[in-house]
Amino acid sequence: MDHRLPPYATTGQRVWFYAFRVICGLIFFFLMAPILVVIPLSFNAQNFFTFTPGMLAFDPDAYSLRHYRDFFTNPDWQQALSNSLKIAPVATLLSVSLGTLAAIGLSQSHVPFKGAIMAVMISPMIVPLIISAAGMYFFYSRVGLQGTYWGVVLAHAALGIPFVIITVTATMVGFDKSLTRAAASLGANPVTTFFRVQMPLILPGVISGGLFAFITSFDEVVVVIFVGSAGQQTLPWQMFTGLREQISPTILAVATILVVVSIALLTVVEVLRRRSERLRGMSPG
Amino acid sequence: MSDATAGNLSQAAAEARREDAAQTGPMLAADGRPLKRSLNRALRAQKLRALALIAPLLIFLLVTFVAPILDMLFRSVENQIVSETLPRTVIALDGWDATDLPDDATYAALAHDFKEAAERRIHTRLGSRLNYEATGLSSIFRRSGRGIDGVGEPYADQFAALDPAWEEPATWIALMADPDWISEQADWLEAAQDTPEPAFRLVPGIADVLPETTDAYRSFARTIQTTGRTPESPLTKEPWATVYLALYRDLSGATGADIGAYSGPGATRLQTAADAVAGFETIPLRDAFAEVADGWVQMPVWTTIQTFSDPYTAGYFLAAVDLQLTPQGIEQVEDNQRIYLTLFKRTMVLSLTIMGLCVILGYPIAYLLSNLPMRTSNMLLILVLLPFWTSLLVRTSAWKVLLQQQGVINDLLVWIGLVGDDARLTMINNQTGTVVAMTHILLPFMILPLYSVMKTIPPSYVRAAKSLGATNWTAFWRVYFPQSVPGIGAGCILVFILSIGYYITPEIVGGRTGIFISNRIAFHISDSLNWGLAAALGSILLALVLVLYWLYDKIVGIDNVKLG
Repeated sequence: MDHRLPPYATTGQRVWFYAFRVICGLIFFFLMAPILVVIPLSFNAQNFFTFTPGMLAFDPDAYSLRHYRDFFTNPDWQQALSNSLKIAPVATLLSVSLGTLAAIGLSQSHVPFKGAIMAVMISPMIVPLIISAAGMYFFYSRVGLQGTYWGVVLAHAALGIPFVIITVTATMVGFDKSLTRAAASLGANPVTTFFRVQMPLILPGVISGGLFAFITSFDEVVVVIFVGSAGQQTLPWQMFTGLREQISPTILAVATILVVVSIALLTVVEVLRRRSERLRGMSPG
Repeated sequence: MSDATAGNLSQAAAEARREDAAQTGPMLAADGRPLKRSLNRALRAQKLRALALIAPLLIFLLVTFVAPILDMLFRSVENQIVSETLPRTVIALDGWDATDLPDDATYAALAHDFKEAAERRIHTRLGSRLNYEATGLSSIFRRSGRGIDGVGEPYADQFAALDPAWEEPATWIALMADPDWISEQADWLEAAQDTPEPAFRLVPGIADVLPETTDAYRSFARTIQTTGRTPESPLTKEPWATVYLALYRDLSGATGADIGAYSGPGATRLQTAADAVAGFETIPLRDAFAEVADGWVQMPVWTTIQTFSDPYTAGYFLAAVDLQLTPQGIEQVEDNQRIYLTLFKRTMVLSLTIMGLCVILGYPIAYLLSNLPMRTSNMLLILVLLPFWTSLLVRTSAWKVLLQQQGVINDLLVWIGLVGDDARLTMINNQTGTVVAMTHILLPFMILPLYSVMKTIPPSYVRAAKSLGATNWTAFWRVYFPQSVPGIGAGCILVFILSIGYYITPEIVGGRTGIFISNRIAFHISDSLNWGLAAALGSILLALVLVLYWLYDKIVGIDNVKLG
């Protein structure tokens, strides 16, 4: 089926053409509706998880910002937000710096045991989170990291690494190695070459890897529940507790804020991907 | 040209090459080294540089990620707690044939082990460990922690009645302790006590005279030195009642003690006691233990201790597949306790269902996206990527809002009139909830690989098929579909791997019937504290995932994992 109906299409083909589009429309609806439904519900003036008759009648009194106010004034939620913002950037910094170096190393020719190394580095993404969480809980309690800030940061950094490795190695594939040779032949030392030539070119990959690592840590619940203690309660953890005990629709306000954040992140990644493709198109080879 | 001439020619060429080599030697690099060696060196340097770049991350991952996984694997078979908590009992039970209750020596060993464990407050830990294998042991252990002194007290009283000196710590110190240690300990008590307390040492030779008493006394001395907030000194504390039990057993000749050989301090007192013990009023140890907790004179506790006395056990793995280790061998657990196989099966079936639904829903979308003009498909792709980028918790809470009985979908159905207000559908806290929510969450993971494969299928093939007379269906099924199979494979494995390890979503929308094996693992870690079983369940799940990962690597290649 093409994207346009040919003039000679039979009735059956026409019916199928439109039926297929309707089916696809329904699936898109299935994908988007749950996320979109949360947004109006978060402005509910009542403590309900569903639309009130007033909301359906578009009565302005049925809508309010009380759940947002609760989020910004409730010390529990604020503590959770600040914990998330303390943990995710540090974990991201760790995984980006280590991951970028390793991805550059991996992209060189003649790396011994490349397959095995790659498998180890991707494994945090493959191993189910509950298993990573269990192992880390056991091991970190042995070495005294369980229930500490650094325990959570190290665990999250490990979980973010595969994303950095994947995005940066993908960028390195398009990287023209003769540029570093040219820099070297013009007298630049390896460090200068890295920061002035290589880094600007692979930067889009590094940043989007970093965003993936950030969102991994920012969204992560399972590992932080086990490795962290009450002092490291993050935003998703607080949401998880709230959902289990169904405390208040403030969760929906938080969810809406997070949807906005993810739209922003998605836009950044998309812009970076386009820029990287443009840069790659320009470089020879 | 004949063959002979050709042979001659090649021979000549070979000779010429040999001469050439003889004249110039191996090819040299600019600095005069042989080129081959020079190249090798450069290659080695390159390899080292690459490894030096990789090493920090590799070490980081080994410590923060691989070591924890290995620790978990180790915990799934580790079982040192029994032999560490009850070392003497485990040795005494070594040759026990499990036909009748163990002999007195074993009960005595248990008394000493148990007293020490109770003083160190680790007996309840062992109780809960063994309770996983045989229900009821936990309460036996807990009760015995309080009652264990009752086993030795009759002997302590009778020795004290015979000679009050037996109640004096000094009597025991003179009998047991190394004189050097006594002076060290006295100095330590005099001083500020800020240095570590000198560890108790036995006087040489006493172990031959009173083997069991020596062992029991040393256990007493070392334990009181190292437990409690303020360490106590054996110099000032009367021994435990169980030490008197040991003394009685030594003196009555049950242990091969050699009293006659002793000539140290208190030799006469010891001899007097040895002559008197024959007249002591005794009760069989078995009966004494029956007073402590009647479980000790029944078989299960003993067979369980014996079965799990090895430092490593397959018990957790057996329990993870609804089997148990009994003295008679491996058996299935009772019907009403078989939950893990059901849970594994349910995890599999639900994951397969989710995977199937993802294929059914994802295939049309990927097909549509790959056949629309770039501009439109990029717009629509955002509808796929936005859920992909949205927090898992957000999507799960959305489904909770939608599916619950007073939720949006039920309200809508009631409003339309499809269901009555009193007959609202139960779509949450059961398998439906888990399947619907997880299909939604994992659908992008199916669409994205499918889309990237479908984009590479040239449309000309389908057109060619149609021009050769194929109907729309035949052209799709025989030409297009087979080319999209790699995408289906990649998407399926990805969705399946992610699905069988899911924890958060089933926990929130799965209720009791929609939970996965992961939820049980979490339960054992944080609620039941049966870490060994959690580790065994985790190891099985891990093995499953690794097999699938290996398959994925074979089919797709890990290097081809794409994000967004």
